[in-house]
Amino acid sequence: LVFTEEDKYGLYSNLLFKYFLAEGIVCGHDLFVASAKEHPDNILKELPAPLLDDTHGKELSDEAAAKSEDFQDSMKIAWRYQNLPKMEASPTTYTKFGHYYDVSKKMSPELCQSVKWHSFYLHEELSFEPKMKAWNMNSGYARLLQSIQRIISQEGFDGSDAQKKQRNVLRIGIQSLGSVLWGDDVCCSETPEDPHSLTKFLYVLRGLLRKSLSACIITVPAHLIQNKAIMERVTNLSDMVVGLESFIGSERETNPLYKDYHGLVHVHQIPRLNSLICDVSDTKDLAFRLKRKLFTIERLHLPPDLSDTVSRASKQDLAGSAKLLSSGCGAVAIGKKHLDF
Amino acid sequence: QGKFTLLRDSRTDGSFLVHHFLSFYLRAGCKVCFVALLQSFSHYNIVAQKLGVSLVAAKERGQLVFLEGLKSCLDLLFGKEEQPGQPSPLQFLRGSSCELRALFDFVRVSLTPAQGDSWKGPVLLVDDLGVLLSLGAAPVAVLDFIHYCRVSVCCQLQGNVVVLVHSHEDSEDEENELVVNSLCHHSDLILWAEGLATGFCKDVHGQIKIIKRLSLRQAAQQDLVQIYQYKIQDRNVTFFARGLSPAVL
Repeated sequence: LVFTEEDKYGLYSNLLFKYFLAEGIVCGHDLFVASAKEHPDNILKELPAPLLDDTHGKELSDEAAAKSEDFQDSMKIAWRYQNLPKMEASPTTYTKFGHYYDVSKKMSPELCQSVKWHSFYLHEELSFEPKMKAWNMNSGYARLLQSIQRIISQEGFDGSDAQKKQRNVLRIGIQSLGSVLWGDDVCCSETPEDPHSLTKFLYVLRGLLRKSLSACIITVPAHLIQNKAIMERVTNLSDMVVGLESFIGSERETNPLYKDYHGLVHVHQIPRLNSLICDVSDTKDLAFRLKRKLFTIERLHLPPDLSDTVSRASKQDLAGSAKLLSSGCGAVAIGKKHLDF
Repeated sequence: QGKFTLLRDSRTDGSFLVHHFLSFYLRAGCKVCFVALLQSFSHYNIVAQKLGVSLVAAKERGQLVFLEGLKSCLDLLFGKEEQPGQPSPLQFLRGSSCELRALFDFVRVSLTPAQGDSWKGPVLLVDDLGVLLSLGAAPVAVLDFIHYCRVSVCCQLQGNVVVLVHSHEDSEDEENELVVNSLCHHSDLILWAEGLATGFCKDVHGQIKIIKRLSLRQAAQQDLVQIYQYKIQDRNVTFFARGLSPAVL
């Protein structure tokens, strides 16, 4: 269960959402798209087109070759750093895991139609059935859960149909959960009418995901949720929690430190399934940028601290963001302390 | 015997402690009732196999009673009408009562020794208690449930209870903090896993505080606190004194 905290204007989280669905289509998985904001048909029309293997792989390796030539010169001042492995911002070798997409092009309708997909548009659904009254949950959420459960059992994703030889994966995408459009006021007030609806929904969804071959991404306008207790509980109930913070409209947009990037990626939690340990990467500082064709997530690279004004204005800010960036599945710097050099 | 152990984590994942206690008590020959609210049975089974215990076999020979919360919840909401004699343990999800009586009855029935049982001491293991709050149970109901379990399992049956909770200093989840603080006061042993104060580190995943609450049983005694650091690996967890991580030496 991948829980994504939306950025303020929803631009980038929408992109991530579409990537998830597009990957599903390319892999031949079935899709289930639910939304209260946009009709799922429209969402599916806007998926990015997959890149053909050859051209993109070649582009990446060209770039990498050019970069590595520069670093051959030996360092004179910072010679101690010469022995460290070169930091690679983005993967240079074209790995076979997953696919790449071209954001400037739309996926062809033929490719979209090649998989079976189901949609749930809240405003087109019938009002809830009487059996669900006893659920004590927001009716929009309850209808969505019923719909998902019906698809899972009808299409045999839970292994109930022994006849079916080929098992497939169901990719579920739920857009803007918790927003007012779903009938939940958790984004409007600090003491919502039914504070447990969202968490109950997630628990039941988690149960459905665990007992079937499915994966789910949910985007939530977390910046609107005022009751932080609910956010903490929601984090506990999800496998993976990622937050996107875009720089639009914040003071970081003009901050020269961040000029190459469009926002930060905060990984609040990573899944620890079927194992005592989890796969922890070396670095926790991630940022994203949207180029004309590509949306990339890279290690955050700060340019060298050259001028006085830059350091004075942003040292406090950096300390704050370093605190955020150092949190992960392991630990976080407690309080306002940060390491000074 | 008759001890209440609280597993607590702050800003890190303390579930490795749950896996440890599960395999520890099963290997010791105790009868275990595991209320697993957050993960599926196969998750615990796979990890337990790495630790050398088979949950499937334990279930078959009646040593382990496993309540898979996720599955139970689905059965309750999507399943057919329940039989009158067997109410679902997660009964409180339906209807307006937020009492956890059905859950307690389930625990009591599972751990009451039956004819011909030769297990050593019953054990109740809960992972994790905060989920009950997320599902709409009131904090008082959760504390009542634990209280009833403690009386029944620790006092009457001379067994042990181990419960996992999450909490942290800046938490705004007041209900959760209330439950955790109350449980701390009544625990015999607290194992508190925390992330390192200096931030993330690859070789030391966190530190664990072991608090033996001797003051609970005897008035004049002081609590004993020990602190170790740990690193989690695929098949076990290594503990070492602070600052003495093998990566540093």
